[in-house]
Amino acid sequence: MFAIVAGGGKVGANVARTLLRRGHELTLVEQRPDRYERLEHEFEHQVQLGDATEMFVLERAGIARPAEIVIAVTGDDEDNLVIGQLSRERYRVERVIARVNDPRNQKVFDLLEIPQTVSATQMVLGLIEHEVPAHELIHLLELKKENLEIVEVEVESGAPAAGKRVDELALENARLISVLRDGKAEIAVGSTTLQAGDQVLAILEPGQEDDLRRLLLKR
Amino acid sequence: MRAIVVGCGRVGSTVARTLAEEGWDVTAVDESESALARLGERWRGGFVIGHGMDLETLRQAGIENADAVVVATDGDNTNIVVAQVAQKMFDVDTVVVRLLDPARADFYEGRGLDVVCPTKTAYETLTERVRAARVRS
Repeated sequence: MFAIVAGGGKVGANVARTLLRRGHELTLVEQRPDRYERLEHEFEHQVQLGDATEMFVLERAGIARPAEIVIAVTGDDEDNLVIGQLSRERYRVERVIARVNDPRNQKVFDLLEIPQTVSATQMVLGLIEHEVPAHELIHLLELKKENLEIVEVEVESGAPAAGKRVDELALENARLISVLRDGKAEIAVGSTTLQAGDQVLAILEPGQEDDLRRLLLKR
Repeated sequence: MRAIVVGCGRVGSTVARTLAEEGWDVTAVDESESALARLGERWRGGFVIGHGMDLETLRQAGIENADAVVVATDGDNTNIVVAQVAQKMFDVDTVVVRLLDPARADFYEGRGLDVVCPTKTAYETLTERVRAARVRS
C-alpha cells in the first residue's frame, strides 16, 4: 500500500513509523523546517518539507500515483479538512482518515463529508465513560461509515431481560454480541441466558437504543 | 441587510467599513481584540472576538440571519472551511471568500465558492502591464 501522511508531529511520525515497519510505502509531509530536519534523520527520502494543503506539495508527495490512503493528522483542523477534501475530490483518493483536534469541529468534518475521523479527546472521553460509567448505556465505538455503533449495557436486576434467553427477547433493532459474567466473556447466541449484572455488548444503529434500554434496564 | 465579515485585517476591515457606510448592518469577527481599532473610532456595527471555525462565534455574530458573509482571514484553509460552513450549514445567500493560493482558488471556485484571489489578479495585471509596454515601444 502507498500512503501519504500529512503532519509529522507525534501522531503522524508514529503512524508513519508503524506503517513502514509493516512493509508499506509512504511519504510523510511536514511543513515546519525544524521538525522536518529531525524527521529526515529517521525517514530520509520518505519525508518531504511542505504544506500538504498546497496541491503541488500533495502531487510531489505522490498523491496521483495514486495514493491508496491519505492520513491527515496535522494539529490544525482546517488544514486536515482541506487535505481531506482535496484528496477525496480533486485526486479521488478513496480512503481518507482525518484527525479532529477540537471535538467541537466534528460537525464541520461531517458537513464537508470527511467520513473517517479520529479524535483523541473523544476517545479519552469514551474510555472514561467505560471505566467510570455515568450512564447505564455506554457508547464504545462508532462505525461512522456503516452507521452502526457498539454499546455496553449492564443488565439491571428486575429488568425484563434478566433470566431470559437471548432468543426470547423481542429485540428488533439491535443484536447482542457478547456477555461478560464474572470476568468471562462469551459470544451471545440464542440460547445464552442473561442474568442481572451481566455486561452485554450490542450493535445497533445510532439512536435506536430504546429496545435495549427497555429490556436490559429496569425502567 | 445584514453582513458578517470574518477576519478584520486590512481587507476585512475596509470591506466592513465601506458596507456600513452604505447602510449595511455589519458585524466583524476577529480572533484578536486589537482588530477593532482598524474599524475606527466611529464604528457602530458589531464586533465579535473569536475564531471563524467556531460555530458559536459565527452564531453570536448573527450568521443565522445574515444576507452576506465575507471571509478574509489570513489563513486560506480557515477561509475555505468558514465559507463552506456559511454556505452549507447556514444557507447564507451571498458568500464571498478571499484565497491567496491560486490553485486552491481554482479548485474551490469549481466547487461553487465565490472566490476572490488577489494573487491571481496581481500576476495577471503585472504581466498585462509588461505586455502593454512592449506593444507601445
